[in-house]
Amino acid sequence: MRSTRFYGRMAGSMALALVVGACSSSATAAPSSGAGAAPSAASGALPYIAIVSKGSQQQFWQAVQKGAADEATAKGATITFEGPASESEVDKQLTMLQTALDKHPAALCFAALDSKAATPYMQKAKDAGIPVIGFDSGVDSPIPVTTVATDNIAAAGTAADQMATAIGGSGEVAIVVHDQTSQTGITRRDGFVNEIKAKYPNIQVVDIQYGAGDPVKSADLAKAIMTAHPNLKGFFGANEGSIKGVLNALKETSKEGKIVAIGYDSGQQQIDAINAGVEYGAITQNPVGIGAKCVDAALTAIAGTAQPKNIDTGFFWYDKTNINDPKIQAVLYK
Amino acid sequence: MQTTTTPSQSRLQSLVKGDSLQRFLALGALVILLLFFSVISPAFRTTQNYIDVLVATAVNGALAIGVTFVIITGGIDLSIGTGMTFCSVVMGMIVVQGGMPLWIGILGALAAGALMGAVNGILVAKLKLPPFIATLGMMNVARGLAQILSDVKPIYFDAHPEFYDTFMGKPIFGIPNVVFIMFGAGILASIVLTRTILGRYTFALGSNEEATRLSGVNVDAWKIVVYATTGLFAGLGGILIAARMTSAQPSVGVGYELDAIAAAVIGGTSLSGGEGSIVGTIIGAFIISTLTIGLSIIGVPDQWKLVITGLVIIGAVWLDILRRRSRG
Repeated sequence: MRSTRFYGRMAGSMALALVVGACSSSATAAPSSGAGAAPSAASGALPYIAIVSKGSQQQFWQAVQKGAADEATAKGATITFEGPASESEVDKQLTMLQTALDKHPAALCFAALDSKAATPYMQKAKDAGIPVIGFDSGVDSPIPVTTVATDNIAAAGTAADQMATAIGGSGEVAIVVHDQTSQTGITRRDGFVNEIKAKYPNIQVVDIQYGAGDPVKSADLAKAIMTAHPNLKGFFGANEGSIKGVLNALKETSKEGKIVAIGYDSGQQQIDAINAGVEYGAITQNPVGIGAKCVDAALTAIAGTAQPKNIDTGFFWYDKTNINDPKIQAVLYK
Repeated sequence: MQTTTTPSQSRLQSLVKGDSLQRFLALGALVILLLFFSVISPAFRTTQNYIDVLVATAVNGALAIGVTFVIITGGIDLSIGTGMTFCSVVMGMIVVQGGMPLWIGILGALAAGALMGAVNGILVAKLKLPPFIATLGMMNVARGLAQILSDVKPIYFDAHPEFYDTFMGKPIFGIPNVVFIMFGAGILASIVLTRTILGRYTFALGSNEEATRLSGVNVDAWKIVVYATTGLFAGLGGILIAARMTSAQPSVGVGYELDAIAAAVIGGTSLSGGEGSIVGTIIGAFIISTLTIGLSIIGVPDQWKLVITGLVIIGAVWLDILRRRSRG
């Protein structure tokens, strides 16, 4: 009883599904130059740098994108910037990576959600003669020419030192991290834990939970931690979504000000919380700097000039006492 | 199949084969889970924790109540997660950027949800798209619209403290209002599903759409109403999640539809349509939050939490299939 109308409907559905599937990755932002398949800069055409990031919707990545876009305009390059909707979407990021490579950019900037999964693509880039610049988490591979990043281990260590000061050198603390597969998740967690172990024997990290950077899920996890550890004195949120969750949890359980909260990156909610005294302070990276230095490193690689293996974009501790310093204000984002 | 049976035997058989069994099983499972965690973890059996479980269920509960309607008709709605986000952004725009009173924002969020649901319904009923495809497409549309409207930035309600106070305030037993709102929505939905014409037609569409059409019912129109109802609850979910975060966050929401559908299925709503209940769905939603929170408190690693929750969902669907097979 299958009629042509049925097959027509099936075909229409599948076509729609294909279109939807193709469009389902996150937004690409800055315009690309529309250059053809030829790699590297032909005279007259601006070099095209493809940037594949860990995200594009979160404020942090938007700041990175802005830094990259402004630097590209200033130095003469075109970029595309894309990233998946959440930091657990490893497969989506790999698809974006493949697409970026297919466009034969003059250089590729990449922050891996999962370094091991990205290894074959690094090899493809190398074989195609496309220099790879790692940024933020970078990618755990010898192939990138350089990595433009924050020293997250040192930064998380500073957060640990501040936590120790805030809770008086002893007590129980817990960590809410975004994930355990990306470099930033791993290094920030380990940086904090190792600093505590090394210098503060009277402080115990009693729990570490992973909330994927979702403020609601992280809030529920933070509340579970507080339930399981009623003597908890401090929380470290390893990225913006995680600390937002911690702040929401403290608000919901009326424990604001009673448990020390230390966060990472910025965003309006954290800035307000620090000003209100609910959050003790946070580590800010330099996202605009990461974007700009990424583009610079890409252009240096395209020109064939040597450069150091690691470019440290710096981090700052900020709290109520210095949040209004121009130096700090320049790297915060809302 | 059966030849002669005594009256009590056939009543037992009908109880075993009815969907009340699934609901009974779900309630039993929830009770066992609660007892298990309460017994092995002194931290779990604190009042604050039980309240936390209630709060953690509010958003998923709202979404799950809504999606129950669509699943009973034999359809599905994958757009409720990002739709929830879209509605929360609409509310943010109305209240924070538009400066209008809170209640207008609430109505706006609900209307946006119902509208999105109606579009889903039109795609399914009039354009004859399979519900999976239609709502998958709308899932992406909703996500994109949420980002466009919010300029991909969170919209904070800090200047409107009445929002948080209304929804997260705790006038009764220290339980935030969102919990009561979810239960209230559940009661309303249950009444609609069991005592109104919308409910009757929802079941009819799921049991035998052709027969319903032949008996003169405007199947297309009622389908649109059912999808709009699901969308309305996505709007409610958007309000509740915005309350929990005191902001509309455009990047949140992807994947929430799966927890909602899982809650409905665990609670006895059959994916083939024709069966389901709001009570079951709410029980299913509580099973998911109890599992997640309980496993966190007793220190089960994240990876194992995912495995266990997944197995529970598989088990529930398998039971559903067994049950239908035993009915022939």
